[in-house]
Amino acid sequence: MDNLKELTLEALDLVANAQDLAALDSVRVNYLGKKGQLTALLKGLGKLSAEERPAAGAEINKAKVSVEAEIGSRKQALENAAIEAKLAAEKIDVTLGGRRAELGGAHPVTRTLKRIEEIFTAVGYKVAQGPEIEDDFHNFEALNIPSHHPARAMHDTFYVDATHVLRTHTSPVQVRTMRNKKPPIQVICPGRVYRCDSDLTHTPMFHQVEGLVVDKNISFADLKGTVDQFLKSFFEADVPVRFRPSYFPFTEPSAEVDIQCTNCSGEGCRICKNTGWLEVMGCGMVHPNVFDSCDIDATEFTGFAFGMGVERLAMLRYGVNDLRLFFENDLNFLKQF
Amino acid sequence: MKFSESWLRSWVSPSISTQALVDQLTMAGLEVDAVEPVAGDFNGVVVGEIIAVAQHPDADKLRVCQVAGGADELTQVVCGAPNARVGIKIPFATVGASLPPGPDGKPFKIKRAKLRGVESFGMLCGQTELQAGEDDSGLWELPLNLVVGAELREALNLNDNIIEVDLTPNRSDCLSIRGLARETGVLNRTQVSEVTIEPVAATSDKRVDVNLGAGDACPRYVGRVISGVDLSRPSPQWLQERLRRSDVRSIDAVVDVTNYLLLELGQPMHAFDLGKLSGDVSVRLSNTGEKLTILGGQEVELNDSTLLITDKSGPIAMAGIMGGEPTSVTAETQDIFLESAFFNPLAIAGKARNYGLHTDSSHRFERGVDPDLCLLAMERATELLLQIVGGDAGPVVCAERAADLPAQRQVRLERSRIQSGLGFAMPDEEVLDILARLGLVLVDSDPQGWAFSVPSYRFDISIDADLLEELARIYGYNNLPTTDMRIPAVIGLQTETVLDGDRFDRQLIARGYQEAITYSFIDPKMHRLFSGEQPAVELLNPISADLSVMRTSLIPGLATALMHNVNRQQQRVRIFEKGLRFVPNGSETTQTQGIAGLIYGPREATSWTASKGDVDFYDIKGDLEALLELTARDISFQAGIRDYLHPGQTAEVVASGVVIGVVGALHPQLLRELGVSKAVFVFELDLAESLITEVPKFVPLSKFPEVSRDLAVVVGRQLEVSALQSAMAAVAGENLKNLKVFDVYSGEGIDPQRKSVAFNLTFQHPSRTLNEEEINASIAAVVQRLEEEFDASLR
Repeated sequence: MDNLKELTLEALDLVANAQDLAALDSVRVNYLGKKGQLTALLKGLGKLSAEERPAAGAEINKAKVSVEAEIGSRKQALENAAIEAKLAAEKIDVTLGGRRAELGGAHPVTRTLKRIEEIFTAVGYKVAQGPEIEDDFHNFEALNIPSHHPARAMHDTFYVDATHVLRTHTSPVQVRTMRNKKPPIQVICPGRVYRCDSDLTHTPMFHQVEGLVVDKNISFADLKGTVDQFLKSFFEADVPVRFRPSYFPFTEPSAEVDIQCTNCSGEGCRICKNTGWLEVMGCGMVHPNVFDSCDIDATEFTGFAFGMGVERLAMLRYGVNDLRLFFENDLNFLKQF
Repeated sequence: MKFSESWLRSWVSPSISTQALVDQLTMAGLEVDAVEPVAGDFNGVVVGEIIAVAQHPDADKLRVCQVAGGADELTQVVCGAPNARVGIKIPFATVGASLPPGPDGKPFKIKRAKLRGVESFGMLCGQTELQAGEDDSGLWELPLNLVVGAELREALNLNDNIIEVDLTPNRSDCLSIRGLARETGVLNRTQVSEVTIEPVAATSDKRVDVNLGAGDACPRYVGRVISGVDLSRPSPQWLQERLRRSDVRSIDAVVDVTNYLLLELGQPMHAFDLGKLSGDVSVRLSNTGEKLTILGGQEVELNDSTLLITDKSGPIAMAGIMGGEPTSVTAETQDIFLESAFFNPLAIAGKARNYGLHTDSSHRFERGVDPDLCLLAMERATELLLQIVGGDAGPVVCAERAADLPAQRQVRLERSRIQSGLGFAMPDEEVLDILARLGLVLVDSDPQGWAFSVPSYRFDISIDADLLEELARIYGYNNLPTTDMRIPAVIGLQTETVLDGDRFDRQLIARGYQEAITYSFIDPKMHRLFSGEQPAVELLNPISADLSVMRTSLIPGLATALMHNVNRQQQRVRIFEKGLRFVPNGSETTQTQGIAGLIYGPREATSWTASKGDVDFYDIKGDLEALLELTARDISFQAGIRDYLHPGQTAEVVASGVVIGVVGALHPQLLRELGVSKAVFVFELDLAESLITEVPKFVPLSKFPEVSRDLAVVVGRQLEVSALQSAMAAVAGENLKNLKVFDVYSGEGIDPQRKSVAFNLTFQHPSRTLNEEEINASIAAVVQRLEEEFDASLR
């Protein structure tokens, strides 16, 4: 009992100097545990008189509480310090790159094709595909291009044999669609096409998307609206669009479509050959002879078709200046898209 | 077609600028490709004449000329041109003149100057200095009939432009000045002044009779003899110049006149040397094996359906395409026989191309030449020829099969078609006005519509849609209404048993693959390297020998793309391609969509976290599994053989018992031939087969705990782990939920002929907790089976 004060001071001193939780715990065990020294003092109360006991007990309990409180706050401090230390130790360079697989990418032609497909499928067009080795009927005859037709010379056709060609456009897919399905028809036909031509501005293979709409009362005004809205959508801009009379054997009337030069906004530059306009599409109202080849009654139905070169649109959209890059598959090129 | 603006304006001259005229033609469907001034921008240049020439005292190459044409009687000009000589007329840029800008963009001003001490007052010019031609060999020697001192621009009509129109095949009516003038007149509501063509009376009775023996292929043939021509007389300068501005070279007066009429009226003509003809002329189809030496000396063996002009000796011309060499007009020719005929487009179309020929004549005839032109052109040609080369014209001989001439076409147009076709009701007056201006004649009308007869020169108008195009064209495509179209919103079945092909692309892209697009035709050498003697579709007319065979697999194209990139210092390549393969199948070709991938180089891109090492078989197989997992289909792999793949690292992809693809390492021998030093791994799948999937079917979740056991066995090293797995799954009981391989080891501590394989088995029961005995029984069954069937021992 005499040494209560001494023990308390001793315990508080040890608490204050405990450097870790284990040291702190041993202080608790040594002074406050079942066999602890302060606990022992409580046990020694029995030796005191009944008068002395309450005061002495209170004294010891007070000492115990004060030591316990100190242990608690010391523990908190040590834990905080431990977390601080852990945090400090675990600091990393968050600017270093993450652990991951490198991302690949779609070919710019595919990217452009998808963009075109999305625009049309969003309003109800279906996507149709067909063979690339085509027969003469689907590639030419059914499209009102008989064998002697001067327009055949425009096509620079690759021949596989006397009656089969590499399709020169995706129009044969339109023929196949019309022969398989009755109107109403709204399809787009994306895909590879082939022309026997290779220079700075031609590759022997390229991609087209053609569209076809057949129904009752489809007019040239519908065609104009569709093409105009598509081009504005594709270029994400209110780009001026103009229609010029042209000629395709499978449409009548036929038109070529220009947009105002995306490079110079119509001022005239190298890209638009100083005309201020860029030719981007061909289109027209489906020729009655094409309907006849597809067993569609031309007196009941009318329709329009349009077609565009995908590489051309990709070049304009992304500023690619050399067509041939599309098929060299140089990773430094592909990774830009 | 190229033509000079001034020539067109001599027929019709609306008061609009060159640019406005050109825009107008383009927007009417006659696309103008180019407009070029005939000469550069210069002034102060006159017609000069060199009166005297003296050698420069201090320069071998310079001469001192005395030139007439300037302000003074004679002007001294120092000149270095080799052809400077007395008597020639030349462009004389006087002091103060301004010549076309050079590369600096500034006009070149002519000042008085001293050249090596001799004064010079002006400059004598060549064609290129005035940007008026290509000849840069010396001074431009002008025609001697020009007046000395006249402004050169005026004297040579150089204030002119060359316009090039790119005409579509339907507009043969515009392949002449006459046709272009007609169209310009329509667009501007301007009168066209046709050239006056008067019949030229015969002054001789020399004639050649013509027999038409080819039915409707040639229903009209106009011929005329002109005798006693003097071919030493050249075409006049104005005619030569008009030809030159249309890119036609002057040859001699007869050829020039026929070319002139082709350009002016659009009638191709031909002149024979009468002295070389024998007997009457007949028009007929060729017989197989007949031969004709055509202009230029090439001997052509004819097929059996070529329209010919013949005489007693045989073929003398391929009608409408090209004349024969033996009967052609030469400098010695004295009498000519002129031809101006109508050949049916169907008789000519495609024929020139069959013989690898294309002429201005065939270009026009196969598109359609106005049958009513023959006589007119003959009279016009006669008149011009008599003026230039003299002689006596014989009577016009016109052979005709009236019944075989193209019938007068009539087209009916319903008023309602205008509304339904163009989307608006064009007023009647507008309709009738436009069509009348275009030369269509109203022959009938009723409350529903009209009937029109079509002019003989418009081969492209035969149905009502053609009339709609004419209305739209003249009204202006851009003035027509534009509508928002309505598409019927019909909802169909949406499949869930076929994956969208995009899913594969996206998966591969997420795994680092870059999409490639390679040509569908490949080098036959690459085809042989990869596919051996497997047949392939060959192109009859490839663009080049190395792009001549249609691919039967996507892998050769990817390998080519790999080499392109490896040659450009790419260390790591991961590419894929989707597209058709073309496999001969009897007389047909099977065209199926495939998807293929290729990986090469380090497994991971350079990074501080990247593990070292190059890709191996399991990298590409992992990519492939990640793709196929999208399909929710039961896919397995089995060892296989492909000649182009490493025999020990090739697996076939099997789905529902069908091989749908292959994955493996390119054969080391192949790599050596390609010159690639590191291993390359590839896969190729049939896309349609691979995209088949199933609609997920829900299985109730078990609320009871899973039990997991590991099991390591040692088996023969060559044993396929998949065989162990199927055997284990077969005996482990229905509670086995998952069976995974988590370690494969061979090396220290293991018999070198054997390997250790460690499995993790997970068991779970749907409606109760499994007890220890059940698990132990399953494991025991598995172990027993492995021991019995595979000589496995527990590790």
